[in-house]
Amino acid sequence: MSGGHGHSHGLHRPGDSVVHRLAPQVKVAATLGFVLAVVATPREAFWVFALDALLLAAVARLAAVPLLVLARRLVIELPFVGFALFLPLVGEAPHTEVLGLSLSEPGLWAAWNILVKGTLGVAATTLLATTTSVPELLCGLDRLRVPRAFTAIAGFMVRYAEVITGEVRRMRIARQSRGYDGRWVWQGRAVAASAGTLFIRAFERGERIHVAMLSRGFTGELPAAARDQAGRREWAQACIVPLVAAVAAATALVAA
Amino acid sequence: MNDAAAVHVHGLAYSYPDGSHALRGVDLDITAGERVAVLGPNGAGKTTLILHLNGILLPQAGEVAIGGMPVTKANFKEVRRRVGVVFQDPDDQLFMPTVRDDVAFGPANLGLPGDAVEARVHAALDAVGMDGAGRRPPHHLSFGQRRRVALATVLAMDPQILVLDEPTSNLDPAARRDLADILVTLPVTAVIVTHDLPYALELCPRSVILNDGAIVADGPTADLLGDAELMAANRLELPFGFDPRRT
Repeated sequence: MSGGHGHSHGLHRPGDSVVHRLAPQVKVAATLGFVLAVVATPREAFWVFALDALLLAAVARLAAVPLLVLARRLVIELPFVGFALFLPLVGEAPHTEVLGLSLSEPGLWAAWNILVKGTLGVAATTLLATTTSVPELLCGLDRLRVPRAFTAIAGFMVRYAEVITGEVRRMRIARQSRGYDGRWVWQGRAVAASAGTLFIRAFERGERIHVAMLSRGFTGELPAAARDQAGRREWAQACIVPLVAAVAAATALVAA
Repeated sequence: MNDAAAVHVHGLAYSYPDGSHALRGVDLDITAGERVAVLGPNGAGKTTLILHLNGILLPQAGEVAIGGMPVTKANFKEVRRRVGVVFQDPDDQLFMPTVRDDVAFGPANLGLPGDAVEARVHAALDAVGMDGAGRRPPHHLSFGQRRRVALATVLAMDPQILVLDEPTSNLDPAARRDLADILVTLPVTAVIVTHDLPYALELCPRSVILNDGAIVADGPTADLLGDAELMAANRLELPFGFDPRRT
């Protein structure tokens, strides 16, 4: 049993800004609206993407999230970027000459489309995760009428991720303490056995948790999170960002 | 059967599906307000006994009654309100994203209205000195804090009987002391299952020894702990240098 310290707080950066204080359901809805607006924007409408980026920068500023922090968290997007960069090389004709490379024009457009929309989408959700703690997020999803089973499973996952990784770490240390170095393929057997043990342990823990829940009168229905309704003002504040993005996207669609 | 008994267990037998006999005829009566320690070696059947007190397991033979109410499927809700079990590993007990949600889980299952739930949460966290930790996720608390919150999750259900499974395991001495200070203030009947014999002596005037699925001794804690022969026969041992008659 590990102590409760040395844990990660995930992406959340506690703060007391307007953005932090907004009700979580409002933030989730606003983020979803913004992402949809970005996705709906025609890829040729550069000015709309510039506006969207400015909007996010403004929200980050309000939330006192340094842009450098935000940029560093965009790193998770890299695998997709790699895929996007591949497209101009394999795309169809017509081709165009860039720095001596023959690149496909539709491929370039497709790459740009993935890159700009992906980046804006990841940046928006990162802002959400940076300003909202995981329990708040789950509570917000619950208030948005996401099925309880879904939020409950997500909640269990978050709650027990650290307990299980703690067990994995202790098992690895115990293996190493008996002279195991895990460098050769034939040593994989020990890791496989550990994985099996871990599965059994996790299963047994699940049973114990269930018994503990039954002992407190659980009948199959998880109680609802406190239903604080967000005020009209909060909704109005949060809707500014997706609304501006949506209007811009609509304008570009009509003009195209 | 004695209606006044907070806990009445008579002839309780239980064997697990693999055929191993966990309990072979347990008799135990506990009066309201008593604090009783259940002692015994590993595998004696202590946890199996606990799981019968709130109907997680149902007797294969014999009977269990709480405050005169038999533990049957029809009475589960009331029995689980009356009997609060604090399990050994707080990570098993605390499963909600925040401490507040977890403490509110029991009262909400009882069907209490929202403001009554909040009042229970507040009072329970206050009783264990964790008021103000409500918004924190359980995995950000120290082990001792988690044990106390686990106690609060049960206190919030306002139980008449508190059952604690190894309450001092993995606690450092200060956290062990904090927990004892909380337990003595609680106005409930308590059943404390423990290997921590000085703790049993301090908190429980009466102890029973469970070995091989049966109660083999029942009496004042100091007398049981002072009986070297009885202790040795049941794989119990006092800490080095500890004399139960001199405390």
